[in-house]
Amino acid sequence: MIDSRREGSIVDIRELQRKAEQIRIDLLNMIHRARMGHTGSSLSNTDILTALYYDVMRIDPKRPKWEDRDYFIASKGHAVESLYCILADKGFFPKEELDTFCAFGTRLIGHPNNKVPGIEMNTGALGHGLSISVGLALAARKDGRPNRVFTLMGDGEQAEGSVWEAAMAAAHYQLDNVIGIIDRNRLQISGNTEDVMSLEPLADKWRAFGWEVVEVDGHDIAELVEVFRSAPRKAGKPTLVIANTVKGKGVSFAENVQHWHHHVPSDAELEQAVAELNERLRELSL
Amino acid sequence: MSKNTIPNRQVLCETLLEIARQDKDIMVLTSDSRGSAAMTAFAQQLPEQFVETGIAEQNIVGIAAGLAAGGKKPFVASPACFLSMRSIEQIKVDVAYSRTNVKLIGISGGISYGALGMSHHSVQDIAVTRAIPGLAVVLPADRHETKKMTEALVNYDGGVYIRIGRNPVEDCYTSADEVDFQLGKAVRMRDGKDITLIAAGETVRVALDAAELLAASGISCRMLNMHTIKPLDVDAIRQAADETGAIITLEEHSIYGGLGAAVAETVVQHRPVPMRILGIPDEPAIAGKTAEVFAHYGISPANIRQIAIQMLEQKR
Repeated sequence: MIDSRREGSIVDIRELQRKAEQIRIDLLNMIHRARMGHTGSSLSNTDILTALYYDVMRIDPKRPKWEDRDYFIASKGHAVESLYCILADKGFFPKEELDTFCAFGTRLIGHPNNKVPGIEMNTGALGHGLSISVGLALAARKDGRPNRVFTLMGDGEQAEGSVWEAAMAAAHYQLDNVIGIIDRNRLQISGNTEDVMSLEPLADKWRAFGWEVVEVDGHDIAELVEVFRSAPRKAGKPTLVIANTVKGKGVSFAENVQHWHHHVPSDAELEQAVAELNERLRELSL
Repeated sequence: MSKNTIPNRQVLCETLLEIARQDKDIMVLTSDSRGSAAMTAFAQQLPEQFVETGIAEQNIVGIAAGLAAGGKKPFVASPACFLSMRSIEQIKVDVAYSRTNVKLIGISGGISYGALGMSHHSVQDIAVTRAIPGLAVVLPADRHETKKMTEALVNYDGGVYIRIGRNPVEDCYTSADEVDFQLGKAVRMRDGKDITLIAAGETVRVALDAAELLAASGISCRMLNMHTIKPLDVDAIRQAADETGAIITLEEHSIYGGLGAAVAETVVQHRPVPMRILGIPDEPAIAGKTAEVFAHYGISPANIRQIAIQMLEQKR
């Protein structure tokens, strides 16, 4: 029997890796065109989103409001570029629309907008996503629906108190259909997360709040797929995936560089970045 | 008329409970506030439709938005002072901006917690909620209007902030059957030609009493129950300005940004007429019971009569 979750999805890991690099190229072009965007943050979460959207999540671009779909809540809403590029690539809306990113009157604004098919909620103010996910998960459970709720948070976002209100509630209600993901790239807008506001020991904090915690390499798509597929890892417990990532991943001169958080690549930088990513694509095709 | 002993919050719970027995999508959420929200009966009788979030007002609104996005019809019942301040960003983004069908019941609103101090007063809630696009803002006058309002809101698909008080208020209507509640449509409870009193929530009873007092002094007074602050019934306000030429507003709220401000915004852009705004001045409200605090700040029939007489003299 075909698992409908993976029907029509890409199961070949290499193909997923190529997809991720292509999405990186797309988002860099989009940001360069718009002259604005959260470049480093989007490059950081691209592999996570690729694993979710091209393999793990049960979704149907033709039916964005399908009742039994898995939900994705972009709690770190500022990293929306990779998400838009993926949704367009999946066919939720025409790819040409990416040209309107952040343009006058566009619906593709700089944070997730639920007027865009495939976007569930308007996010962008940090610390909101996990509470919403708790509500979605409760509704699904009450109606006996199989939906899982994937919530991507930033590591800097962990300083928001509301994250922990939601963490407490998800464990209290034993919502094992909630899967939280932290894009742990260790950089926030003002610098290293541990200098701005120490988060460590982060895994222990989540465990203490009643979550099943697993740490992965957030750029190892095979590992990401395996971990996401395995959730819930313990019945009655929400899962927290700490995805260790590199901000600016895939572009050598952007990696781990603080100002690339929302730096817009110059023409030369774009050219070099795309060349690097194309080289990686070539390697993956060998 | 004998003194009413049933608070609006109790009527809200009973009405919701009755409807929720049939409509399983209706859910009630409280933040350790089920007692003060009079929702204990709901929690006991429909536990599957009840969610407790603990003392976490940001989380309660976010969870409600998620429930709504998942097809439920959540009603959050949390003290107005916290709900309208601590969780205002969740109200703005998760409810209004995301267009989720969440009803936000601000309980113990205004100066209901009279002696507990400014931390527990909510006299800025109307100002902040009415500035948020896509959010309706309503205040019921008495238990009968509360019942009809609750029934109407169950069928309204969208975010609403409902402010209710803690203590029983004297009836403004003789029965619920008499109430024709329509969101965004003011109720002309008395007609008159010399001046208009506009009130909302618990000041409606004061306005009705004031109108009677004015009538006894030979002043013909129109009285509008502006139960919906947003969307505002601008037609009723323009008509009041055109036909009576003077307006006094009464509210259990800061004189800044509430009912008076909303009415004034309409009046000055339509046809300026003399106006007075009665409410809580820009200070931490004095301690006391509602009637005492109202009287202290001039929200009383006697003071309204005096002001009306002065305004009518100016008009001549």
